[in-house]
Amino acid sequence: MDTNIPRTVPRKSATFDDYTLSEIRRAASTGIYDIRGGGAKRRLPHFDDLLFLGASMSRYPLEGYREKCGTNVVLGTRFAKKPIELKIPITIAGMSFGSLSAQAKEALGRGASIAGTSTTTGDGGMTPEERGQSKTLVYQYLPSRYGMNPDDLRKADAIEVVVGQGAKPGGGGMLLGQKISDRVAQMRCLPKGIDQRSACRHPDWTGPDDLEIKIHELREITNWEKPIFIKVGGARPFYDVALSVKAGADVVVVDGMQGGTAATQEVFIEHVGQPTLACIRPAVAALQELGMHRKVQLIVSGGIRNGADVAKALALGADAVSIGTAALVALGDNDPRWEAEYEKLGSTAGAYDDWHEGRDPAGITTQDPELSKRLDPVLAGRRLANYLKVMTLEAQTIARACGKSHVHNLEPEDLVALTVEAAAMAQVPLAGTSWIPGK
Amino acid sequence: MIELDLKSEGVRGVNSRLHSLPKNTNQRHWLLKNPQGQHAIACGLDGPFTVEIAGHVGFYCGGMNKEAEIIIHGHAGVGVAENMMSGLVRVTGNASESAGATGNGGLLVIEGDASSRCGISMKGIDIVVGGSVGHMSAFMAQRGNLVVCGDAGEALGDSIYEARLYVKGRAENLGADCIEKEMRAEHREELEKLLERAKIKAKVKDFRRYGSARQLYNFNIDHADAY
Repeated sequence: MDTNIPRTVPRKSATFDDYTLSEIRRAASTGIYDIRGGGAKRRLPHFDDLLFLGASMSRYPLEGYREKCGTNVVLGTRFAKKPIELKIPITIAGMSFGSLSAQAKEALGRGASIAGTSTTTGDGGMTPEERGQSKTLVYQYLPSRYGMNPDDLRKADAIEVVVGQGAKPGGGGMLLGQKISDRVAQMRCLPKGIDQRSACRHPDWTGPDDLEIKIHELREITNWEKPIFIKVGGARPFYDVALSVKAGADVVVVDGMQGGTAATQEVFIEHVGQPTLACIRPAVAALQELGMHRKVQLIVSGGIRNGADVAKALALGADAVSIGTAALVALGDNDPRWEAEYEKLGSTAGAYDDWHEGRDPAGITTQDPELSKRLDPVLAGRRLANYLKVMTLEAQTIARACGKSHVHNLEPEDLVALTVEAAAMAQVPLAGTSWIPGK
Repeated sequence: MIELDLKSEGVRGVNSRLHSLPKNTNQRHWLLKNPQGQHAIACGLDGPFTVEIAGHVGFYCGGMNKEAEIIIHGHAGVGVAENMMSGLVRVTGNASESAGATGNGGLLVIEGDASSRCGISMKGIDIVVGGSVGHMSAFMAQRGNLVVCGDAGEALGDSIYEARLYVKGRAENLGADCIEKEMRAEHREELEKLLERAKIKAKVKDFRRYGSARQLYNFNIDHADAY
């Protein structure tokens, strides 16, 4: 054989890439689908595909640090006697005690309170630590009704009826047995150590007509004081938002597929639902068509990472955003300081997502008392508050550059898109053109 | 007995009156007239009052009840006594879907029949049904007792956890992981007390007990066919 003949380099398949091959081998070896936490990891059209234009000849900017740029938001002005007012338009998304340690929940409450915003319970009920440290607390009303009771309902500042979430629209939840400590088991009325399934549908209502009656009941029990949120996964945002308004929501939360979960099937996270960017304009269009934009507030979540993302979501018509994954990272999740331990778990800092196993080195997605102790709730709360402050300052910086005295004055006309896909989803022109796909 | 008219005062007016009662009030016995199938009547009560409702009620009557005794002289809509914490809710007629759903405590008595999903996700409530229950009753039932003096519909106790089910009539089609279990002395004693509290006449010896086989408590791929 002539060894001088040039050879092509080994070529791996774009279809059967390394991750795909490893997943096939893992599935063949175990017979179980992959379960993990977090949101969609695949590359998706996102806020990075949008740019702000800034001010120039046709509009003038506001002076940074000198001219005021408001950030407050009032949620629940439609029916609730006591709407909630937040200093910043960034809230903390629902994450359960059970999926998170008590220390992590306390830290979320502390950080949110310092920053002047709200935090949200999760599937599993309200803990005293969380209520005690959260100036404004949203109480989730979920299909499982774990820990649900009228006393906590009345202690809440708002109620969020969870219809779905972006990571798994149409799916329920699963807290695996290894995370079911005595306390978690007691709060959920189930034996210790068994898998706790959260249903995908509510047990006593089906569809928007019933939900309207359910919301009426919740309002009666709480004397019509609390704002009622409805949270939907990013499935059919136009119709879901319209039906939420019909059902009597004060606030609608739309969670795109980058929004995280404590644990579900990888195939669910990556293949069901729509990207956050694709959800906002249909949601806003539904509100506008009903004459309810800004009257029923829209909160958008799923992959919000910085002030630019906040500003872009608001410019597209949201009243506020919500963060979950980013908040956990601010607390200390996936921190490189724990790299040696992530490696022992077969992962690496930045990629660790086996939250359901309860072995989180950072002490956040665990019920292990020793691991949980690693998280100082005061310090972690401070870190979250700092992060929220930075995001707010970034959003204000952009808003001022666009000549806006309040972040809610940002508008789609302030944006262009870098890709045809983003232009179509966000309904803003492709950069350098006046072309909006579909218009 | 103090009378309130749901037709003239509305659900908001009536509930507001009942919610404002201090626990040590002397105004302990109330009669609500003209319910006309309205929703959310007497929900969220919190105190040892007796509230009688003269007629049929809509959805979620007695929802999240604590301590109160609520007697519905008629039929009840969806989710009667949902998420009840304590106290008593009695329906003299039939109840629609999801009666006693997710209830944590107290006693729900339905003297007639209950529709589907009776006791769904129950978390400690006791439910006694004088007649039959519909399909998927006690679905994912976690804790508490469901007593059915008639027949049970399809898929009784599907994905059940630790709740106990007692059925006098037929329960031929059990849901995933639900099995018939031995009726021991402790169960006979428990059932006797439940029937007595509910004031429902039936013979304990005529009942069979059902509960969880506990095979689906931890995920196992070999049990995937059961889901």
